[in-house]
Amino acid sequence: MTHVLEVQNLRVSFPADHRRVYPVDGVSFWLDRGETLALVGESGCGKSLSSLALLQLVPSPGQIDPGSVIRLADTDVLALRGEALRRIRGRRIGMIFQDPMTSLNPVFRVGEQIVEGILAHFKITRAEARGRALHLLQEVGIPDPVERLNAYPHQLSGGMRQRVMIAIALAAEPEILVADEPTTALDVTVQAQILEVLDRLRTSRGMAVLLITHDLGIVAGRADRVAVMYAGQIIEEAPTERLFANPSHPYTQGLFASVPRITGPRRRLNPIRGNVPAPSAWPSGCRFRPRCPKAFDQSEKEPPLLPVEIDHRMRCWLAERDG
Amino acid sequence: MRPAFSVLGEAWRNPAGRAGAILLLVIAISALVGPWFLPDPLAQPDILAGSVPPGLGHPFGTDQLNRDVLARVVAGARVSLSVALLAVGLSVTIGAAVGLVSGYWGGVVDAGLMRLVDGALAIPRLFILLLVLATMDRVPLPALIVLIGATGWFATSRLVRAEVLRIREETYVRAAEALGARRRHIILRHLLPNTMGPLLVAATLGVGDVILLEAGLSFLGLGVQPPTPSWGSMVLDSKEVLVSAPWTSIFPGLAIVITVLSANLVGDALRETIDPRSA
Amino acid sequence: MRGWLLRRALQAVAVLAIALTLLFFLMRAAPGDPLSRASEVRPLTPAELAGLRARYGLDRPLGAQYLSFITGLVKGDLGVSIEYARPVTALLAERLPATLLLGGSVLVLNFTVGLWLGVRQAVHRNRREDRWLTAISLLGYATPSFWLGLVLAWLVGIKLRLLPAAGMQDPLLSFDASLGVRAGDVLRHLVLPALTLSIVSIAATMRYQRTAMLEVLNLPFMMTARAKGLPEREVIWRHGWRNALFPVITLFGLWLPILVTGSVFVEAVFAWPGLGSLAAAAVWGRDYPVLMGASLLVAGLVVLGGFLTDVAYALLDPRVRLA
Repeated sequence: MTHVLEVQNLRVSFPADHRRVYPVDGVSFWLDRGETLALVGESGCGKSLSSLALLQLVPSPGQIDPGSVIRLADTDVLALRGEALRRIRGRRIGMIFQDPMTSLNPVFRVGEQIVEGILAHFKITRAEARGRALHLLQEVGIPDPVERLNAYPHQLSGGMRQRVMIAIALAAEPEILVADEPTTALDVTVQAQILEVLDRLRTSRGMAVLLITHDLGIVAGRADRVAVMYAGQIIEEAPTERLFANPSHPYTQGLFASVPRITGPRRRLNPIRGNVPAPSAWPSGCRFRPRCPKAFDQSEKEPPLLPVEIDHRMRCWLAERDG
Repeated sequence: MRPAFSVLGEAWRNPAGRAGAILLLVIAISALVGPWFLPDPLAQPDILAGSVPPGLGHPFGTDQLNRDVLARVVAGARVSLSVALLAVGLSVTIGAAVGLVSGYWGGVVDAGLMRLVDGALAIPRLFILLLVLATMDRVPLPALIVLIGATGWFATSRLVRAEVLRIREETYVRAAEALGARRRHIILRHLLPNTMGPLLVAATLGVGDVILLEAGLSFLGLGVQPPTPSWGSMVLDSKEVLVSAPWTSIFPGLAIVITVLSANLVGDALRETIDPRSA
Repeated sequence: MRGWLLRRALQAVAVLAIALTLLFFLMRAAPGDPLSRASEVRPLTPAELAGLRARYGLDRPLGAQYLSFITGLVKGDLGVSIEYARPVTALLAERLPATLLLGGSVLVLNFTVGLWLGVRQAVHRNRREDRWLTAISLLGYATPSFWLGLVLAWLVGIKLRLLPAAGMQDPLLSFDASLGVRAGDVLRHLVLPALTLSIVSIAATMRYQRTAMLEVLNLPFMMTARAKGLPEREVIWRHGWRNALFPVITLFGLWLPILVTGSVFVEAVFAWPGLGSLAAAAVWGRDYPVLMGASLLVAGLVVLGGFLTDVAYALLDPRVRLA
């Protein structure tokens, strides 16, 4: 069975002093049509970089390690260059970025920015492209789309700008949508709306969605599967319900425990002690060891992904010991 | 805000800045020490002897009055560097003072001062200097330095004012005010140190500007007066023998280029350490 | 925007008024006597001297003098040149076109070659091309224009005899020469002075544009443009440069004083019959009225330039235009 997107052993390196560091260090996942995979982790864990690598958009001087594999059905993405690479950007994978205010060009009208994306991949007339842009604006739920086409980004609210971003990402009708923290820069009430839009579009177009976020809250009920990242690696992956029912990696457990609750008895906040390590200083052995309340002597060796239950794996020796 | 010395130290690590600093040092040292080893640049000109191309006795040749060009270039370095340093020192002091007062006091004082600065900036510095200098018979060197310094503070004051406005809103200043600190204390202790960085950059780049300005004024006959040698007036003198003795023009000109270049390299390196976005 | 433009225009007028007042006080406060050297140029009878003094109101109290200064300005009376015994306004009007021609061509060169090189530098940041161009621009910036002019005049004009090194027209050109021949002649004379001024000014323009472009290249909307699948050329020039223009337009406003200053030296060296050489000659001849008149005109041009810059900014930046 070919997945729509398959990533194996993705490593991204950056030069630091006289060596290289690996903010993304051996990440593997796949996506199937019609499903949503959530890539969850705090800042600095390498999730954004992983998504940028999918389109070879890693900012220089970063480099994708030659041992990495990224496949779009049968296409080897990392072997593409120039025109061939340009053709998959937007057309087969669309991307939504975090802050719509700075991700939209302030001097061009919104409609123009969508039309651009369409004309880059389809040989149609400008008028036809405008028609499609209008349709897209309707699809993402923007009221008064005809007027909005001619608006500049600064004339729109944050929520509307993000909808425009989604429209731009969909302009070339990609089969995969990558949403990098699509709601982080938005108000809470708007967040839910945007996620609704993403859901709706996913089902109507049968796309695969890679949802990148640090917020466990938006994962529940929206993602089919979850992969938790820490220090450049995926440390736990499972279908969403299983993960929420049985978080097994101590880091994941820490994440769940540190979420403050409004309901229920009042308890102390339970942060994970210590700080997220920098890529230049990944701890040896299990990378979570310095902060882990359950570390033991085996933790000195770096663990691979080990099975916890069906379809549920974690990068922790506890799987062997307790499983 | 990093202390001044660490900024200098970091700029030193920048290779271009280091090269510039070393060059400046070499120029400064040769300006200080050189005259002892070289023939007197003010020696009685020998009108009959004429100019001599660069050779063993005269590494830079001699000019049409048979004065050793190397000696005059080195002497000119002394003049140019001292004028530049003193004038820039004056400009930076005035600029900082005005900027601090304007930024911190605000209100009418600020508006008035800044309108004045706007008006002054509309008149090219050269023209202001020309207007004043053209009325004077002879321009004594101290007067020249004061005039150049007094016309170079406008942009700096705006810079300092902008910094002050930015820092004034920072919480630690608010905290100091809430604790009842005196105005003078706030200015000296909190605002001034934070403007040191941009001031240092402005000063270093200003040195280059002043050297070019003074050379230009001397070229027009209004700057450093003979017989004191100045690179600008050397270029002026060289006009008449440009074809027969091009070295009389080339060496003073190169001296200007190298000195200004060094000052700018240092200034750029400092700017990069303080604001690393633009590398 | 109309209100904003009006306010800007009023501000410009206010700045001009302050500049003119400052010039007036400069004249009054000058340590020497502006007319002290008048007799050196042309023997003036005491009556003529007294007349000149009365003309400038140098014997009257401050207020009255200022008033006559202002009324003179409004009427377009800037005094009479000591050397030429002609109205200053006439002299300025005569010389202005040549300076506009020189300044105009330098500006065009700056805003084509200078901008293009700056963008190239930013895109190829820290590679060979960038380093070379940086070195050249640093050298150019440190070179005194009068010396460069002399060197070029000597090298190209005298030694190699390729181009004329003085004046604006060939004095030997016959009177009935066609317009084309005349224009060609002027252009040949224009090359060296324009080249001199351009080398010195492009050095700075290039640097400025490089910095501006570097800042833009890192902005998120550039990433969006790439992710859409736009060709790199479009990303750089359409999305990037359009935004990097703004600081450069501001540069134009700051550039005018520098260009004017440079033209004094360059016109003097190349005997180009413009305002710059007029000012230089006025310096040598201690022709104070001309010097003052030139300064007033220049101040006016600088303020006008600044205002036009603001207008251009407003036209190009929709955030300002539609505020």
